[in-house]
Amino acid sequence: MSRTNIKQRVDKTLEQYPAAVYKNRKEHVLVKNNTFQEPQTITANTRTIPGIITNRGCCYAGCKGVVLGPLRDAVILTHGPIGCGFYTWGTRRNKGKTRGDELNLLNYCFSTDLQEGDIVFGGEKKLRQAIKEAVEIFKPKTVFICATCPVGLIGDDIHAIAAQAEKEYGIKVVAFSCEGYKGVSQSGGHHIANNGLIKHIIGTGDKVVGKYSLNILGEYNIGGDGWELERILKKIGYEIVSMMTGDGMAEDLKSAHKATLNLIQCHRSINYIGEMMYTKYGQDWLKVNFIGVQSTIKSLRNIAKYFDDPDLTARTEQVIADELSEIGPVMEHYRNILKGKTAALFVGGSRAHHYQHLLKDLGVEILLAGYEFAHRDDYEGREVIPSIKADADSKNIESLEVSADPEHYRVFLSKERYEKLKNEIPLNYYAGMIKEMDDGSIVVDDLNHFETEEFLKILKPDIFCSGIKDKYIAHKAGIFSKQLHSYDYSGPYAGFKGAVNFARDIAMGVTTPAWKFVTPPWKKEPMLEGSLVG
Amino acid sequence: MRQVAIYGKGGIGKSTTTQNLTAGLGEMGKKIMIVGCDPKADSTRLILHGLAQKSVLDTLREEGEDVELENIMKTGAFGIKCVESGGPEPGVGCAGRGIITSINMLEQLGAYTDDLDYVFYDVLGDVVCGGFAMPIREGKAQEIYIVASGEMMALYAANNICKGIQKYANTGGTRLGGIICNSRKVDGERELLEAFAKELGSQLVYFVPRDNLVQRAEINRKTVIDFAPDEAQADVYRGLARAIDGNDMFVIPKPMPQERLEAILMEHGILDN
Repeated sequence: MSRTNIKQRVDKTLEQYPAAVYKNRKEHVLVKNNTFQEPQTITANTRTIPGIITNRGCCYAGCKGVVLGPLRDAVILTHGPIGCGFYTWGTRRNKGKTRGDELNLLNYCFSTDLQEGDIVFGGEKKLRQAIKEAVEIFKPKTVFICATCPVGLIGDDIHAIAAQAEKEYGIKVVAFSCEGYKGVSQSGGHHIANNGLIKHIIGTGDKVVGKYSLNILGEYNIGGDGWELERILKKIGYEIVSMMTGDGMAEDLKSAHKATLNLIQCHRSINYIGEMMYTKYGQDWLKVNFIGVQSTIKSLRNIAKYFDDPDLTARTEQVIADELSEIGPVMEHYRNILKGKTAALFVGGSRAHHYQHLLKDLGVEILLAGYEFAHRDDYEGREVIPSIKADADSKNIESLEVSADPEHYRVFLSKERYEKLKNEIPLNYYAGMIKEMDDGSIVVDDLNHFETEEFLKILKPDIFCSGIKDKYIAHKAGIFSKQLHSYDYSGPYAGFKGAVNFARDIAMGVTTPAWKFVTPPWKKEPMLEGSLVG
Repeated sequence: MRQVAIYGKGGIGKSTTTQNLTAGLGEMGKKIMIVGCDPKADSTRLILHGLAQKSVLDTLREEGEDVELENIMKTGAFGIKCVESGGPEPGVGCAGRGIITSINMLEQLGAYTDDLDYVFYDVLGDVVCGGFAMPIREGKAQEIYIVASGEMMALYAANNICKGIQKYANTGGTRLGGIICNSRKVDGERELLEAFAKELGSQLVYFVPRDNLVQRAEINRKTVIDFAPDEAQADVYRGLARAIDGNDMFVIPKPMPQERLEAILMEHGILDN
């Protein structure tokens, strides 16, 4: 289908909306047009229209579920009725394993289980008691308190309680006002979690680290992705100071300011920490993408460039060569199966971009890509940040101002080297998704149920990568669907070995004969019986 | 059973007026229950000659205990049954949710018996959130009286409360029965309140003059009729009781815009221009 044709069909789909909805949604959808002189813009990070079935999550989900949740050694205490804590318990497939005798609480769910009486009379007493019990039983060094909606309404002073408990028990206790109703999506929760970690955790440790030391930001170890990254990076010789936050530890985060370089995998959920560490500690951050063979190679080479050490560069090339020789034939096998297939992606605030690289490695063409909760910079690149107008929803989320830390601020690159490098590698910069997309492909923000069905009908992709909420809509339409939030019980998909897992899962899914069998009876035979009456 | 909610600005004398009014009705032989909807739980102090021992919400705090109606309902002067909703300390929790919980619990416990002629809800301050509107929601109070005075802020509050009534009047069946003036001896007070009530499409149902006897009775934890039955002020409250008992004017109020309210105040000489 030509670009013009696609554009017409997209417009026709959107025109079915009532006027007000149409006016809103048309700004969230674009068809990539490479003939334009000016970069195309998209509206993102705004309120979902009430009544439209969206895939978005809440602020609490972003804070507790995404950013804080994967930390193994902290008591993450949900202050609220039991549902919020229970349904964020072990559902995200952020894996973790105990290395030695350190505390691992990943299998636990901590909640204050607020009841009606606590709502009426206030939940502070119960929160204090819950902290006390958790501290006595588990003896953690860190406790995080995450607020749910009713806590914000009844005004429990969780920050005062955290400060008090911190003094009383001599451990870190940090409260997060991440009530679910805040902001327009889970994105607000990411920001709140980032703020809390910068304010209270990062910079409080004093682990001694070497020169080739990294933090991996925005890697949540879904299906073991982080382990694959760790394996490759360690093989090259890097020291990983902290993982934020997949299989990570609050104890490690405390010394994150000591690392030389920050790698950012998921830009959306953790760029705030990256930026604040850059300002506060002078650490540069590098946008990486370990999803896809070619993008992994590129990311590894970029990191090597940053350190500019001949030995390290040589080891990097050696590791790349070793890994490629191992996976090359298998990848080629799957590429032969998948070549020429098409895919639509709707996921996250980074993955819809990251997975395009892996799919392209496999010869799959991307017809549509969109994010649930990303901001304009994730689509268009960080250069648009100054032109993003803050609205009431984004102003409602605290924006921290940090300044250089007199004790820990240090710069790794000389000014000349920095100026040179920033033209070669994405240093403190993310170019966004749109630039890399093909002419005629659709970009859609905050895709909803209606548009999902319509766009699948128009594009008829072979693969639809999204989440659990729309997986079965695709299946019923005879399209293979892969969850890219949880990986459908599979993974890892990152790095070299992960790429093979992904290629295998996608090849299996696409070639399964099931999709041919979903044609309903009324498409094949008449459902009404009648006779002609003369 | 007539279910009546009393609203008005904080400190206007809702509890005092409600209890003196119910004393008058009680003296007439009416069967009455008062439900105090104020976290301070002091809406029935004059009828009970002291504070109620236990509020409805207190029972909620005590997990596992069987709640019996007699634990939370006390009978005071003139056979008036008294219940206090109770609620959190100032600055914590959610008093509004408390009132919702409490009224639901009273229903569950069977407090609303058929022999009652009146149930009075004495509701804290302004209608600040959904919880405080509970008594005027569907199936609860059908008639509302607003206690006001000639003071500007009292009328602002009264007008605001009418907005809440209007909302629920359209969905439920609640109506405004009128304005009760608890006089502050403001110039031209009666005329002002009559004009104000008329503008709302309602009436000044009764004018209670100011009398220090009310304070003295309060210090003695009694209603005026109880404390000094032969004094003129006792007759005033008997008059109020008759006015409420005989009232048949129930309307959906028409709250006025700020400018109109100020114009009325100016007309009656409160605001100097």
